[in-house]
Amino acid sequence: MRRDMSERVGHEAYLGKLDAYLDGELNTEQTRELDEHLRGCSECTAEVLVRVQWKRATRLAGQRFSPDAMFRERIQKRISPGKPFWWHWRPALALATAALLLLVSAQVINRQMVGDKVRLAQASKLNGELADLHVATLASVNPVDVVSTDRHNVKPWFAGKIPFTFDLPDLTGTPFELVGGKVSYLDQSPGAHLLFRVRKHQISMFIFQAKDQPVDFARAQEANAQSFHLESWQQNGLQYFVISDVAPEDLRLLENLFRK
Amino acid sequence: MSVSEERLSPASFEQLALPLFGRLYNFAHWLAQNREEAEDLVQETYVKALKGFSSFEAGTNFKAWMFRILRNTFLNSRTGLKAASVQLELSDDDPSLPVEHQTPETILIDRSSEQIVQEAIADLAVPYREVLLLCEVEEMSYQEIATALAIPVGTVMSRLARARRALRDAVRQRLQRVSP
Repeated sequence: MRRDMSERVGHEAYLGKLDAYLDGELNTEQTRELDEHLRGCSECTAEVLVRVQWKRATRLAGQRFSPDAMFRERIQKRISPGKPFWWHWRPALALATAALLLLVSAQVINRQMVGDKVRLAQASKLNGELADLHVATLASVNPVDVVSTDRHNVKPWFAGKIPFTFDLPDLTGTPFELVGGKVSYLDQSPGAHLLFRVRKHQISMFIFQAKDQPVDFARAQEANAQSFHLESWQQNGLQYFVISDVAPEDLRLLENLFRK
Repeated sequence: MSVSEERLSPASFEQLALPLFGRLYNFAHWLAQNREEAEDLVQETYVKALKGFSSFEAGTNFKAWMFRILRNTFLNSRTGLKAASVQLELSDDDPSLPVEHQTPETILIDRSSEQIVQEAIADLAVPYREVLLLCEVEEMSYQEIATALAIPVGTVMSRLARARRALRDAVRQRLQRVSP
């Protein structure tokens, strides 16, 4: 009887702790004790189940009200740390930046196009001048000042007449024959003008000191499709031009002989 | 949700306080019982908290601090002053309550009964309503609730026990009224 009474008191004590147990407020030792009691007490276990249901029902019912998005936005604006003055002008700044970039890009492109046009005009002019020199040479009674098929005669002739020297390849076994040479001027700069013969055609080769900007003769040629063929290359600080009415392949063959 | 000292910059307030927005609003609406007043309460809470953020004690619970500001703001409002004048039936400080014995079949709460539970919560006296919501909805510890409500932990426990009992009684009465 006494034991029953003491068990009843113990049971009541555990029952009084159920809320704290379910709220996670008991310490580890208290939780372990209550767990143990629950395993042997169907009354307390049923009570735990009921209280769990109540907790769940209260939680669900309590999550009832939601703020609307506009109110949230209002509060967010209110508590946001101060933005720099330009912050509110971001869209306008973005547009202005885009416009500026567009303007700069347009100017760069424009300059490039203008630059291209200038270079093309220069190349066309050069092409024309070289063609004139070539034609004048062909029409002349004395097309060259040094007449020799021997490169060892022609090359030394230029010494002291032009401010550079160049290599003349051995043309033995090639379709090309050296006719001779003379000094020609391009843009007030002296250079070597060599004349070659291939089959019955004449080829003028001009050698000048190279300028920084390579000459875009490909496009100049497109622009002057009806004129002579012209090949150009830079080599050892010198700018070479070959111009003739021969096929471009012949000009490139001669170029290769010089490049070797 | 404790805050370390180095995070106590005004810039971090938004980061800490904004995630609590929905919860604070829900609590405010339960206290004020209407939308406009709840919005005013929340707005005032954020303004006050932002102003006082530099004095927030680092290492303490930020969530409890925010709820405390909200609750104090409410108590100073017209609705809050009216609610504070309602006397609780029992001594608030007495945590000892007679053990309640329930029978499972009387409290079969499901989703269909949610409205009844909501009405019952709304009818609770503010001191019971707030402690119940902070415990069950906000899942705060007794200590956090004590901080938010500025009352001792013992009072939290006794008030919570009474709030639960009052809620169950109110729900039972309502269920009895609707059942044939």
